[in-house]
Amino acid sequence: MAKHETPLLDQLESGPWPSFVSDLKQQAEVRAKNEAGVEFQIPQDAVEDLLGVLELSFKHGRTHWKHGGIVGVFGYGGGVIGRYCDQPKLFPGVEHFHTMRVAQPCGKYYKTSYLRELTKLWDFRGSGVTNMHGATGDIIFLGTTTPQLEEIFYTLTHDLNQDLGGSGSNLRTPADCLGSSRCQYACYDSNALCHFLTNEYQDELHRPAFPYKFKFKMDACPNGCVASIARSDMSFIGTWRDAIKVDQDAVNKYVENDPGYPANAGAHKGKDWGPFDIEKEVLALCPTKCMKFENKTLSIDNANCTRCMHCINTMPRALRIGDDRGCSILVGAKAPILDGAQMGSLLVPFVEVNPENDYEAITEVIESIWDWWMEEGKNRERLGELIMRQGFQKLLEVTGIDPQPQHVAYPRTNPYIFWKEDEVDGGWERDVVEYRKHHLR
Amino acid sequence: MAFISSGYNPEKPMENRITDIGPRHFEEFYPEVIKKNKGKWSHHEILEPGVLVHVAESGDEVYTVRVGGCRLMSTTHINEICEIAEKHCDGHLRFTTRNNIEFMVDSKDKVEPLKNDLKSRKFPGGSYKFPIGGTGAGVTNIVHTQGWIHCHTPATDASGTVKATMDVLFDDFQQMRLPAQLRVSMACCLNMCGAVHCSDIAILGYHRKPPMIDHEYLDRLCEIPLAISACPTAAIKPAKVTLDDGKEVKSVEIKNERCMFCGNCYTMCPSLPLADTEGDGIVLMAGGKVSNRISDPKFSKVVVAFLPNEMPRWPSMTDAITKMVNAYSNGANKYERLGDWAERIGWEKFFEVCELDFTHHLIDDFRQQAYMSWRQSTQFKF
Repeated sequence: MAKHETPLLDQLESGPWPSFVSDLKQQAEVRAKNEAGVEFQIPQDAVEDLLGVLELSFKHGRTHWKHGGIVGVFGYGGGVIGRYCDQPKLFPGVEHFHTMRVAQPCGKYYKTSYLRELTKLWDFRGSGVTNMHGATGDIIFLGTTTPQLEEIFYTLTHDLNQDLGGSGSNLRTPADCLGSSRCQYACYDSNALCHFLTNEYQDELHRPAFPYKFKFKMDACPNGCVASIARSDMSFIGTWRDAIKVDQDAVNKYVENDPGYPANAGAHKGKDWGPFDIEKEVLALCPTKCMKFENKTLSIDNANCTRCMHCINTMPRALRIGDDRGCSILVGAKAPILDGAQMGSLLVPFVEVNPENDYEAITEVIESIWDWWMEEGKNRERLGELIMRQGFQKLLEVTGIDPQPQHVAYPRTNPYIFWKEDEVDGGWERDVVEYRKHHLR
Repeated sequence: MAFISSGYNPEKPMENRITDIGPRHFEEFYPEVIKKNKGKWSHHEILEPGVLVHVAESGDEVYTVRVGGCRLMSTTHINEICEIAEKHCDGHLRFTTRNNIEFMVDSKDKVEPLKNDLKSRKFPGGSYKFPIGGTGAGVTNIVHTQGWIHCHTPATDASGTVKATMDVLFDDFQQMRLPAQLRVSMACCLNMCGAVHCSDIAILGYHRKPPMIDHEYLDRLCEIPLAISACPTAAIKPAKVTLDDGKEVKSVEIKNERCMFCGNCYTMCPSLPLADTEGDGIVLMAGGKVSNRISDPKFSKVVVAFLPNEMPRWPSMTDAITKMVNAYSNGANKYERLGDWAERIGWEKFFEVCELDFTHHLIDDFRQQAYMSWRQSTQFKF
C-alpha cells in the first residue's frame, strides 16, 4: 500500500513511453518488501516520500526543494549537490536528498558486473534512484543523506576504483561521442582524448579554482553527437584536411538504387521519398557546390569543401573521411545567463590529436586559455563572456595564434578599429605645438 | 536502520583517502567486437527503426538495438537492463548522449531474440520498459533536466513534461518518416541545463512574476553584491529597508518593470524566491541544431511565449508541439532540419503553417543583438 496518494502522477503511468512514475513505484515496492535483505542506510520509504513530494509539486505547480545546499567530501570542493525538502515533516524520507555525481566511463560503455556493483552500493546507502545520465555526462546518484556521503565515496574509491564527477566553479566532467569505437566518421579517438584530459586535470575538476564552471566535450566529427559546439566552453571537433576518399563503384551503386546502398544508411526508410537522386540529394545540397557527377564519376573539389559531412552522411559506403586527421578547437559556448547564449567560436582550425606526446598541442591551448581566464575572468564569468568583454583578439594573443580569415564568419562592419601603438609609425606621443606649425588655430 | 561503516574513519578523515582517480577506463567495458574493430569501421546501415549494423573492414559486424530510456531510473530498472545484457550481449551495454540505451550483439541471429525480449517487457501501468527506436529521421529521446524531482529553481517539471511529450510523439520514436532527425529538449528554467538553446524543438520552464523579497533574512543569507550582479537587465539595486518591528536592515530593491523573471538572482540569493502557480509555465522554442551538416549550427528561437503548467499532461504544450511536428513533416524537404525549413519558407510562413500566434513577446529586445533579429529588408511574404 503506497504511503501517499498520487492521483496526478498516476495519470503518467499510461501511454507507451516508459513511465518514470511506474519505475519509482516499482522501486518503492522493492524497498518496502526488501527481499534482498538490504540494511538500508537511509529511510526505507525515501522513494515513497519522493513520489509524495512530487505529487505535491504537481498540485501546487511549484518546487518543494529548499534553496541550495552545501555538502561534500573532504579533499574535494565539489561532486555533491546538496538538497533538502521544504516540507520535511510531511516527507521525512527526503528531508536530506543529496545528489552525487559519479564519473562515467568515456563513451558510456558498461559491463553489467560494474553496474551491479554500483546499484548494490546505491541501494544500500542511497535511494536507489538515478539519472542515467546527467546532461554533462555523469552517472547521477539521486538522493542520500549527509552522513552517507563519505561512506559512499570510500566504497567508490576503495572497492570500485571509481571517482566523483565535478560541480561548482571548476572543470566539470568531460564527455564525448562514442568516436572510433563504433563509428566510421571518427577523425580521432574521442574516448581516449576524453579519458586523458579527465585524468590530466583531476585537480582542476575536484577543487574549484576557476572564476566559474568550465566544460570540455569531444565530438569526433562535425556531426556533433555530443553537441560540444553548444554545450562546452572548449569543444574539440574532429576533422581532416586532405581529400574525401571516393569509391566510384559504390557511388554508382547508390545512383542505381542498389538496396544494399540506401541513402543516408536508411535513415529515411519510413517514408517514400522516391528513388535516390544524387543531383538533388547530394550535389545541390552541398553548401559550397564543390561536387560534380559526370560520366558515372563523382568528383569533389576538396579545396573548396568545408567538411560539413552531408555527402558522407548520405553515401556512407561510398565516401570516407580523409586520412590527414585532427580536430578543430572552438571556444566559449554557454547557455543564456548572463549576457546571452553562445555557441563555440572557431579558435584553432586544425590541431593534431596525438596520444604519443600526451596531446601536447591540445594541452598547450587549454592551459594558455586557463592562465588568461583564471587571471582576468570576473566572478561567475564564463569564458565566452570574457572573450566578449576583452575581445577575440585578446584570446588570439594569449594563445599565440595568428589571426586568419577562418576566425570570422565575416569581417567587422563597423570601423571602430583599435590599433596597437607600436603598429603605427611614430607612435602616439605627439606635440600639438609641432602640429600648429603647419596648421594655424 | 543501524549505521554500517564502509571502513571510513570519521576520526581520521584524511587517512586512507583515495582521490583523483577519475573514471574507470573505457576499454574495460568495450564488447569484444568493439575492442577488435575500433577505428576500423567501414560503414553502417539502419536496418529498421532502432536497429543499426556496423560493418568493419575485417567483415565483422555489430548489431545495435537502441531503446528509449527515462533517464530518471531506479536501480531495479538498471538491474533489469543488466539482466537483458547478460542474457543477450555477454554483459555489455552502453548509453547514448541522449540517454537511450544500446544493446549490441555480434551476429544477426541474435537480434530477433533480443528484440522480442525487449518488446515483451512492460510496466504494470502499461508503458513499455524498453521501446525500440530513436534512429534515423525520426524523434528520439528528449534531453531534459531535474524539474520538481530535485531542483530548487524550476518553473515547471521535467520528467512530467517529457513523458507527456514522448507519449504524443511516440510513433515518431518508432518510425523514420520525417525529413530529418527532430531533436526535442527540455529545461525547467532558463539556466537551460542541457540542449534547449540548440534543438529543433525545445520546452523551457519560465516565470512571469518578479521575485518576492524576504527582507528580514536577505542580508543574513545573501551576498548582496552577487545578487545585484546576477541581473542581466540591472533591475536590482541595494536598499535599506525598515521592517515592521522598526529595525533597519540591508536588502535590495527590484525595479519590477526591468525584471524579465529569469530567476538568476534567486540562484545567487535564497531570499528572492519567485516560483508561482499561475505565473509559471512553458516557453516553446524551435529551429536550433548543433550539427554542421549543410547549414551552420543554429540557436533555437522562441515561438510560443507562454503556455500554462497543466499537470499532469500539459495538453496545450503537447498540442503546440504536435502542430509544429506535423507542419514540418508536411512541408520540409528531405534532409531539411526544422530550422532550415523555417528559414527557407520564412518565419512568417512558419507561424502560419504551424497555426501559432505571433505576439510582441517574440520580438527580441535584449541589447544590441536584438536589432539583428528585426527585418532590414522589403522581402517578406503576405
